[in-house]
Amino acid sequence: MPVTTIAGRDVHVDDEGFLTVYDEWDPDLARQLAAQIGLDLTDEHFKALTFLRADYVTQGETATLRRVSALGGIPTKELFSLFPKKPAKKMAYIAGLPKPHGCV
Amino acid sequence: MRRLLVLGAGTAGTMVVNKLRRRLARAEWQITVVEPSDTHYYQPGYLFLPFGAYGPEQVVKPTAPLITDGVDLVRGEVDRVAAAENRVLLADGRSLPYDYLVIATGVTPRPDQTPGMLDGGQWRRSIFDFYTYDGALALAKALDAFEGGRLVVHITDMPIKCPVAPLEFVFLADAYFRSRGMRDRVELVYATPLPGAFTKPIAAARLGSMLDDRKITVEPDFLVERIEDTTLVSYDEREIPFDLLVTVPLNMGADYVARSGLGNELNLVPVDRHTMLAKAYDNIFALGDANDVPTSKAGSVAHFAVDVFADNFVEYTAGKPMTGSFDGHANCFVESGDGKALLIDFNYDTEPLPGSYPVPAVGPFRLLDEAAVNHWGKLAFRWMYWNLLLPGRPIPLPAHMSMAGKHLPRSEE
Repeated sequence: MPVTTIAGRDVHVDDEGFLTVYDEWDPDLARQLAAQIGLDLTDEHFKALTFLRADYVTQGETATLRRVSALGGIPTKELFSLFPKKPAKKMAYIAGLPKPHGCV
Repeated sequence: MRRLLVLGAGTAGTMVVNKLRRRLARAEWQITVVEPSDTHYYQPGYLFLPFGAYGPEQVVKPTAPLITDGVDLVRGEVDRVAAAENRVLLADGRSLPYDYLVIATGVTPRPDQTPGMLDGGQWRRSIFDFYTYDGALALAKALDAFEGGRLVVHITDMPIKCPVAPLEFVFLADAYFRSRGMRDRVELVYATPLPGAFTKPIAAARLGSMLDDRKITVEPDFLVERIEDTTLVSYDEREIPFDLLVTVPLNMGADYVARSGLGNELNLVPVDRHTMLAKAYDNIFALGDANDVPTSKAGSVAHFAVDVFADNFVEYTAGKPMTGSFDGHANCFVESGDGKALLIDFNYDTEPLPGSYPVPAVGPFRLLDEAAVNHWGKLAFRWMYWNLLLPGRPIPLPAHMSMAGKHLPRSEE
């Protein structure tokens, strides 16, 4: 598993740059990851990221947009404006979670 | 007397009761299956109805004769599962107690979940689905009357039943319009919430180039928010106007699953992906499309999973650990038009790969490659479905995926 340096520390990532170790993430790292894909994080972004990370602990996989909207209470429309174009993938990337495996 | 109650006599539920009736002693076990419909539909056949390749009589049979003797078939609609009391309440007030419950009520297309789809005035006028019997037959008429324009094939959201079927539909539509000498008057568009033709990279590349070859435009990452008259509008405000829309509505598990507190946000029952045992109750299993396992919602998956489940269930109810472990095996023929098809074979860990698929006597089939032998395999499968699969007879396809014949492409930079 490759190791890369983000925000001055070593983190484990997969081939596409998604973090592979849950506990290596923190909000500072999230800001760095977001900056790499051109996003500046606000409280609204963090609300989605917090839900995603908490949900991952109980479910063992990254929540879908529908789940974030239904259980996290953030409308899909808002997710598209917060994380434009590919919200599911971008949220997972910034939240330090595995890429959602767009169900087969 | 111990009681096994199965909800749903579709592909998975029928296989479960027929297989287990042979395995569980009649003096010890009562097996009951609840099903509201007196008709069993061969759902893979829906793909062929719109193009007139199958007639309606080829995809329907009465439910009752498909259920083996010694299984009680109860006609009824489930109101809810009272899991804490180990009983199921039917809409007509009947109450069915159980020791073990199998939820096998699948998923249903829900056009009501997208604003403007069912209620925008265009349903079954310029908007059609082919995942229902009525829808597929209505679409046959619409295709017959279609004089040209933009035909959009569309997936609302994943997961859906038979995730390759929309691709097959667009391949068959291309061939159909060519055979009618009007392909140049039809613009074909494939709108998908996925980043490409398919989720897994090697198959996505192969299927994507087949779309290019046929001049089918792909609109990727398109998540529909609403339909305005005859225009699809995505959450990020992209618009796709259509003359004819063939949509796959949102697929959801049964509403009683939600009412019973057993489902996730799509009414799918969360289960252990290797045993299909519900995460919330140790006497409830969910098989077929009704569960949340991360593989295709497909008859082949139901078949392989039921094979593993049947052995496990005998062990489990004897107080032993379940030794079988389902690997997510799926096996799908993909019609590509002109009497050819591809075959894909994969599981939780291995994506569809090229190569050959050995089957004694009839094979080998060709993986990820267009061939007539695959098309004949797909057509022959209808006979196998009615005569071998549903009765729970052995089929020479192992439940677990095998690497035999598969080629692993060299990893690229």
